[in-house]
Amino acid sequence: MTTTEVPKSGGTQVEEVAFPGRDRYLEVVADYRGSGFETCSDLCAVDYLRHPGRRLPEGVAPERFEVVVNLLSLSRRQRVRVRVQVPEHDPAVPTLFPLYPGVEAMEREAYDLMGISFEGHPDLTRILMPEDWEGHPLRKDYGVGRVPVQFKEAPGPR
Amino acid sequence: MSTDVRDDQGAGPPAGTGAATGPGAAPVPEGVAVRRVERPGLVAETSEGAQELSERERTADVELGLEVGSVLRLPEGAVVDPSDMNVERRDDETMIINMGPQHPSTHGVLRLMLELQGETVLRTKPVIGYLHTGMEKTAEELSYVQGATNVTRMDYLSPLFNELVYSLAVEALLEVELPPRAVWARMLLSELNRLSSHLMWMATNGMDLGSTSMMIYGFREREMVLAFFEKTTGLRMNHNFIRPGGIAADLPDGWEDDVTVICDTVETRTYEYDELLTGQPIFRERVEGVGTLTAEEALALSATGPLLRSTGIPWDMRRTMPYLAYDQVDFDVIVGTYGDNFDRYAIRLSEIRESIKILRQVIEKMPPGDYRTSDRKVTPPPRARIDESMEALIHHFKIFTEGFEVPEGEVYVAVESPRGELGCYLVSDGGPRPYRLHIRAPSFVNLQTLPVLLRGGLVADAVAVISSVDPVMGDVDR
Repeated sequence: MTTTEVPKSGGTQVEEVAFPGRDRYLEVVADYRGSGFETCSDLCAVDYLRHPGRRLPEGVAPERFEVVVNLLSLSRRQRVRVRVQVPEHDPAVPTLFPLYPGVEAMEREAYDLMGISFEGHPDLTRILMPEDWEGHPLRKDYGVGRVPVQFKEAPGPR
Repeated sequence: MSTDVRDDQGAGPPAGTGAATGPGAAPVPEGVAVRRVERPGLVAETSEGAQELSERERTADVELGLEVGSVLRLPEGAVVDPSDMNVERRDDETMIINMGPQHPSTHGVLRLMLELQGETVLRTKPVIGYLHTGMEKTAEELSYVQGATNVTRMDYLSPLFNELVYSLAVEALLEVELPPRAVWARMLLSELNRLSSHLMWMATNGMDLGSTSMMIYGFREREMVLAFFEKTTGLRMNHNFIRPGGIAADLPDGWEDDVTVICDTVETRTYEYDELLTGQPIFRERVEGVGTLTAEEALALSATGPLLRSTGIPWDMRRTMPYLAYDQVDFDVIVGTYGDNFDRYAIRLSEIRESIKILRQVIEKMPPGDYRTSDRKVTPPPRARIDESMEALIHHFKIFTEGFEVPEGEVYVAVESPRGELGCYLVSDGGPRPYRLHIRAPSFVNLQTLPVLLRGGLVADAVAVISSVDPVMGDVDR
């Protein structure tokens, strides 16, 4: 696990970013949970398909996907970010649901839009897209939908 | 959305809606010409399959355990053994009913599936996504200059907060310094927006509880704030006024007088609301002790905003993690005790007064100077300079065609919106467009508390509880 500190906006506060491997992900989050990070404020996934050469601390091998967890400690007034690399061929991480039940909807959203599966999640179904939707829209290889512009008096589709 | 009729997905039609379909209609006497409109598989067409609340026999143990709150009551990280959870599997007395998405009290297109036993709510499942337009995907196609027009449409009742959190995230990566007037003007606009959002909530909450007068009054006061927004930004909603680098234009002449009038009027009116609602026995009976939430549950479910503060936790990021210049103004963080509907009502009403307090200080302390950063890479040059300087013209052209480039990096910024923690996770690859923009929507996360709030309550209170969570569907679905 690697930890770096990045300056926060304004430069007054520092924010901690942890880069655990996938095998130690649950353990690291559980450690934070035990050390006073009471709530998980955000969980999302990023697809780094078109930006492979990003800056990562040494010892962290970049993978296509990244799951980013933002934990918040109310007692210490502190945030910490956990970024875990998830490979393309097996986009799965263990669920944080037993530690933070509040990630239930966030993990479903990440599964729905990015196709990361969270092992052990009680109800891993699509949440924003219709049930029969194909593909995961926020992936970089998923094209942006467009509606053709209809001009006045132009021949219509029929 | 795909419109093809699907086969039964193995889950079958949900209970409660299954009777409403089928080609079999009333028998028609012979010789009568009848044009029968066949609607094959209406249930199949509108079904969301596994996203819906399934019957008890088909629900997984862990999920069922969540619905009855077992996970929340377990000590940290304890292993759940489904056989220990004492969940009743089979119950012929319950039924699942569907509420929404087109229901006047769901504040948009929220669909709830409720499992009822008599009139008592057992399990609830919000089915969302009816307003999903892929705004996070859209954001990746828009330059940083255009981005604010996109995010402002997410939470349409507090658009300025969306713009603010987006701008703060972009500025954090750019590392630009803002002139003090821009910071204070942003605070002024935020607090006015909090005022209008809470007033809107007072109005719709009154409506949901049957107090139509409150509905009219809330909208009347909100209109004053919106009129000021129109004067300042040109639009009543979706302003695109707070932009990376500052605000779009200086505050209009005489803004102090306008805001003072708003403060004085709304403050007087809040005492009228007290008379109309706070002390009224019928209202108190409808809200007191209804939809209770404990502090542990709120934290476990990541709830923020008035929902979290109603449980007694004084967490308001304006105070606990100050941004803008909130550390230089004096205000109180309002907390509740019981975490019920009344606490959430009282918190929002008191927060209107606290916002007025902040607004008065902002009027007093508003510093003079520029309203946006002088960094020409971010801010377009003044109109007059374009006529005389070639460089200014080039800057202007570049900013509005390809936009400015933001250094590589990632940042998470959060602000306290009227609904809770509004966060923005922004990843930049060094180009002129966000590589990934994720908005942590407070309504989306707060919606998870609904099963806990509604469990054990009466179905008649469901509408009041939904209202007290204050979900904005544009924010939930994005």
